[in-house]
Amino acid sequence: MRVQDPPAYVPSERRLAREAYRRSRARRSLLIATASTLAVAAVLYVVITGSPGWPVTQKTFFSGHYAREALSPVLHGFVLNLELLAICGPLVLVLGLLIAAARTLRGPVFLPVRILATAYVDFFRGFPLIILILLTVFGVPALQLQGVTNDPIILGGAALVISYSAYVAEVFRAGIESVHPSQRAAARSLGLSYAKTMRFVVLPQAVRRVVPALVNDMASLQKDTGLVYLGGAIDAVAAAHIMVASSFNYTPLVVAGLGFVILTVPMTRYADWLTRRMDARSAQGGAV
Amino acid sequence: MNALLKTTRLLSAVAGAAVLALAGCAPQSSSGTAAASGSPAAAACTKGALATQTAGTLTIGTDDPAYDPWFNDNKPSNGKGFESAVAYAVAKQLGYEGGKVAWTVAPFNSVVAPGRKKFDFDINQVSITAERRQAVDFSSGYYDVRQAVITLKDSTYAGATSVADLKGAKIGAQVGTTGLTVVQKVIAPSAQPSVFDSTDLASTALKNHQIDAIVVDLPTAFYITSVQVPTAKVVGQFPSGAATADGKPEQFGLVLSKGSALTSCVSQAVDALRANGTLDQIAKQWLPAADTAPVLK
Repeated sequence: MRVQDPPAYVPSERRLAREAYRRSRARRSLLIATASTLAVAAVLYVVITGSPGWPVTQKTFFSGHYAREALSPVLHGFVLNLELLAICGPLVLVLGLLIAAARTLRGPVFLPVRILATAYVDFFRGFPLIILILLTVFGVPALQLQGVTNDPIILGGAALVISYSAYVAEVFRAGIESVHPSQRAAARSLGLSYAKTMRFVVLPQAVRRVVPALVNDMASLQKDTGLVYLGGAIDAVAAAHIMVASSFNYTPLVVAGLGFVILTVPMTRYADWLTRRMDARSAQGGAV
Repeated sequence: MNALLKTTRLLSAVAGAAVLALAGCAPQSSSGTAAASGSPAAAACTKGALATQTAGTLTIGTDDPAYDPWFNDNKPSNGKGFESAVAYAVAKQLGYEGGKVAWTVAPFNSVVAPGRKKFDFDINQVSITAERRQAVDFSSGYYDVRQAVITLKDSTYAGATSVADLKGAKIGAQVGTTGLTVVQKVIAPSAQPSVFDSTDLASTALKNHQIDAIVVDLPTAFYITSVQVPTAKVVGQFPSGAATADGKPEQFGLVLSKGSALTSCVSQAVDALRANGTLDQIAKQWLPAADTAPVLK
């Protein structure tokens, strides 16, 4: 017994009209957006290049000759930035998660652990990173401890991990606390222990929620890796700074800055995409 | 069509606003008191009446902290220390006596940035190089400087007598100094040199055994080894002209903004002080004699 095919779908007049209208509106928005963007760009261009100091500024900050000269040392310096990010980033995430877990432990017996974790976060979030790096890089070797490295890059990296894990711990904690209590209750009533509840129910949801914030912190860490230059190590910014100081031309720093932007853009785009995807999952409808 | 009309109206409004904004916020070209260009003749250097930042006052810039032996107690205005004394001698030569001199803090980076300066001239151990001349004006040199190497007394490099002996050392220097140039160009060590923001940090790293040696100018080297790091010694000095591209003796110059109307007057003042022996006398008073450090081969 065959079911009859339904008649072929023919859109109604009204529907066609509605679609045509929508298309025209979309075209119109595109035109307006293009025009306004071009107008703003033109205004900025005229204001900047028309200013009396522009020729000098251009020579000082955007010189092609110095940009080419800076490329090799700056790229060489970026290797150090990326190495530090590749090593410190995962360490920061792991340490941050551990501290957040310690802060959210339940039960009176864990009070000292909670106090320690809270004190750590409070102190290192407030302590200026640049001072922390100086103290670590120059203070630790001054102790002359046996078997402790005095390599400024390793010590600087340690300072970065200490400081950033405090920030990241707070991000994780916010995620953990944003998971609805009913989730815990449901997990515990199914017979999961506290540890298993955390591992299988709470953390997966918490981490997923804070991914954009974590990406944000990683982008920030990536820029701050440059601070290890205080110990004499030469990263991209330091390499540029050395050239600036000898030539009195600031183009190398602009090159290094753009390099960081190029490195950060994929990360921020990824974070945006994640955020959008999660919004789409949780919210209905378009932008209002 | 209506929509298009609206759009064009909007655009013309934007354009109009832009024109207005341009007219309203177009920066004034920097025609300060020093509008006169070109080099004034000697007669134009009227005593005490130059086109300075503040009329009747000579504003001199230097960094903070201001280090010994160039300044004393981080007080440039006390006339003590080599550069403070030179600054006051130049001011006097230009006709700005005693109370007519004002000091302003000028970090090294701001000294070399383009645009208007807060000072009439800056005195901060800035060596004259051809490359820097493209960004700022220099007076004639007021001090012939040599670079020197410091190591800890118990270092394997403490006995170095030639540049080749330092090849394997981990060497530090301050960013932007000719000392760093000497490290890169003359020593060209096998390990990447360490570069520090300040000489203080370099000395600390030396004390911590994080680096083997530092290259700084000779007077600073003597100051570091006598005061900051007594466990260090001056191993030797580089031949005069090691840091310059043309091999001519390296000199410190007063820094003025590019095209400053004061440059020639300040240069004349420095030249006069050199000719009448004032500069030598000030150097004798505040700086150690250069011949106490062996010259590296």
